[in-house]
Amino acid sequence: MALPSLTLLGQSLLSGIFIGALYGLLGLGLSLSWGMLRQINLAHFALAFLGAYLTYQLAGAGMDPLATLAVIVPCFFALGALMHWLLARFSVSAFNSLLVTFGLTAIIEALIQWIWTADFRRMESAYGEVKFRVGGLYVALPELLTLAMALALSLAAWAWLRHTYTGKAMRAIAEDAPIAAAFGVDVRGLSLLLSGLCAAFAGVAGLCLALSYTLAPGQIYAWLGVVFAAVMLGGLGNPLGPLVAGIVIGVSEALTMAFTAPAWAPLVSFSLLIVVLLARPGRI
Amino acid sequence: MPAVNHSVRAAFGALLALALAAHAALAAPSGPPVRIGSTLALTGPLAATGLVHKIVGEIYVEQLNRKDGLLGRPVEWVLKDDQSRPDLARTLYEQLITVDKVDLMMGPYATANILSAMGVAQRYNKVLIHHTFGTPSLAKYDMQFPAGGLAGDPDNTIPKVVFDALAASAKPPKSVAVVTSKFPSVHFISLGAREAAKKRGLREVAFLEWDFGNRDFGPIAARLKDAKPDFVWVGGLGLEGNLLIDAMRKIDYMPPLHFHLFPAPGPLLKAPGGENALAATTFEEHPPFTDNPVAVEFIRLYHERGAKAGLPDTSVENQSAISYSSWQTLEAAVTGAKSIDDKAIAQWLKRNPVDAIVGRLRWDGPFNYIYGSDLYKVKQNQNGKWVVIWPKEFAASGARLITP
Repeated sequence: MALPSLTLLGQSLLSGIFIGALYGLLGLGLSLSWGMLRQINLAHFALAFLGAYLTYQLAGAGMDPLATLAVIVPCFFALGALMHWLLARFSVSAFNSLLVTFGLTAIIEALIQWIWTADFRRMESAYGEVKFRVGGLYVALPELLTLAMALALSLAAWAWLRHTYTGKAMRAIAEDAPIAAAFGVDVRGLSLLLSGLCAAFAGVAGLCLALSYTLAPGQIYAWLGVVFAAVMLGGLGNPLGPLVAGIVIGVSEALTMAFTAPAWAPLVSFSLLIVVLLARPGRI
Repeated sequence: MPAVNHSVRAAFGALLALALAAHAALAAPSGPPVRIGSTLALTGPLAATGLVHKIVGEIYVEQLNRKDGLLGRPVEWVLKDDQSRPDLARTLYEQLITVDKVDLMMGPYATANILSAMGVAQRYNKVLIHHTFGTPSLAKYDMQFPAGGLAGDPDNTIPKVVFDALAASAKPPKSVAVVTSKFPSVHFISLGAREAAKKRGLREVAFLEWDFGNRDFGPIAARLKDAKPDFVWVGGLGLEGNLLIDAMRKIDYMPPLHFHLFPAPGPLLKAPGGENALAATTFEEHPPFTDNPVAVEFIRLYHERGAKAGLPDTSVENQSAISYSSWQTLEAAVTGAKSIDDKAIAQWLKRNPVDAIVGRLRWDGPFNYIYGSDLYKVKQNQNGKWVVIWPKEFAASGARLITP
C-alpha cells in the first residue's frame, strides 16, 4: 500500500478537525441538557435542522446568513426554555424525556416538511465560495466559521460554568438540585436559562449546517449516532468534552479514510466509544 | 322564410347539444371505481423523491378519470405513507389488500420498499408494477413487472453505455477512479464499472467505498486529488455526489469528467461544480423524448403541479418519467387484458410490450427482466440544463460530450 502524500494527510487532518467541530457544536447543547438537567433531548437535532431551514429562509430573503443569528438565537432560547418548562411541568423523567423529545423530533420534522417540502434545499451564500490557501492546503470559510463558533461557544460555556456565580449554581443543581435549592439557588430559573442556551446552541449549529450542507428533513437522524458518541466520549455536562471528542472522532475517521478504505471510518468512532466505556465505565 | 330557417337552426342546435351530452355521458367513467393501492415514501429520508412519484400518480389518475377511466370505470388511488420504511411498506400493502380491498397494486419507491411490497404481492397473487427497483437479481416473483427501464444486468448495461459515451468523445479518458457507496443497489453497478473499465484498458488509479450515510467526503476528495484520474465514476445515491463535489471544490479540485449513478438531479444541476457532470437517465425534456405529445402534455402538467407543490426543480427527468411510464404500463395492461384480473394482466404483460414515454418496455425475459439492453442513456449538465449526449440517436440537438 502506497503511503499517502503529506498534502493528502494534511488535508484529511483539516477535514477531520472541521467535521469534528460540527459534531462538537451539535453535541454541546445535548451534553449540557443531559448532564446537568437530566434530559436526553433528542429534539436537539431537530432544532438544529429547524435552525438550518430558518437560516436558509432568512438568507433567501436577503439577510446575511450570520446576521440571521440575531433572529434565531433569541427565538430558540425562548423555545428551549418553553420546552423545559413543559417537561418540568409534567415531571418527565430522564428516560421519558428521551421518548417525549423523540416525539417532538417527529413533529418538528413534519413541520419542516410541511413548510419546505421534503425536497432538497441548498442555501446560496457568498461565504460558501470563499476558501483560503495555506501552503498546499485549502481551508473553506464555512468550515472555519464552524470551528470558530464551536470553539467560542464551548469555551464560553466552560468559563460560565466554572467562573460565574450562576454557572457554579448550575453545577450545584446538577450535583443535587434539592440541596442547591436549600442553599437559595433558583433551580427553576437557572434550568430554564440552561435549556434556553442549549436550544440557542442548536440554532447556531443549524447555521453551520446550512452553510455547508444541502438540507432535507430526513437528515435529522443522520447525525444522531456519531454526535451521541462524541457526547458520551466527552463526558456528560462537560462543555469542552463534545468538541474535544468530536475532533478526536473526526480526525480518526478522516485519517482512516485517507489511509485505508473510507467504509471503515464509522467503525472508528464506535470502536473508540467502546474502548472508552470499557476503560472508564464510570464516565457516563 | 326566415321563421322556418330559425326553427330548423334551433332544432339542429338542440340535436347537437343532445349528441354532445350523450357523448360526454358515454365517455365519462361510471360504476364502482377501480381501486389502485400503493404506498410511497412521503416522509422519512426518501421523501424528496417520494413526492415526485406522488405528483406523477395524481396527474395520471386525473388524466385517466378525465378520459374513460379503466374499462369505463373511474379510478381511485389509495395512497399511504410508508415513511421510507420497508417494514411499514409490508404492513401497509397487507392492509391495502385485506382492509382496503384494492383491485390493483402499484409499487412503492425504492428497492427495499418494493421488495417488501413484492413479498405481499406474491402471497396474494397480485400483479406488482414498479419503477425503482435497483437490484433485479432479488426479484424472484413472476408477477412483478419493472417499468423503470433497467435491465436485468444493470451492472453490465449502465457501465457499457457510460464507457461507450466516453470512448466516443474527443478526449477519451485513460485513467479512472471508481468511488462508490456500499448501498446495495449502487454498489454492484459500480463493481460492474470497475470490470468494464478494466476490459477497456483504462488504468484504475483509485477504488474507494464508503458506507451509506457518510458525512465527511473531505478525505475521499483529497485522495482523488492525489490520484489525478481522468474520469471519476461516482456510485452515489441522492446527495452523496453533491457532497463529494462540495468537498472537491473546497480543496480546489475537480476531475476532468465525473459520472454520477443515481444522483438527486435537481441539486446536482444547480450545484456549483456540477457543471458538465454526467449521469444516467431514461428521459429528458428535449427531442426525441418530447416528440411524443403524451410526454409534452405530461411535462406541462408536471411543471404546473411541481410548482404548486413547492418543488425547487420542476423539470421532468428520470424519476418522474419512469413513474409516469409505470402508470402507462398499468393502463395498457388493464386495457389490453380487458380485465382487472391479476393473472390476465400478468399474461398480457408477458406477451406485449408497452410504448411508454421512456421508450418500449417489455417483460419477456427471466423474471420479467431483459438482459443486455436497457433504456438508460447518458446525460450531461450543460449550461445548467440536463441534456442527453449518448447514444447519439437520443442526444439533444447538437449536444456532444463536453470534455475539458
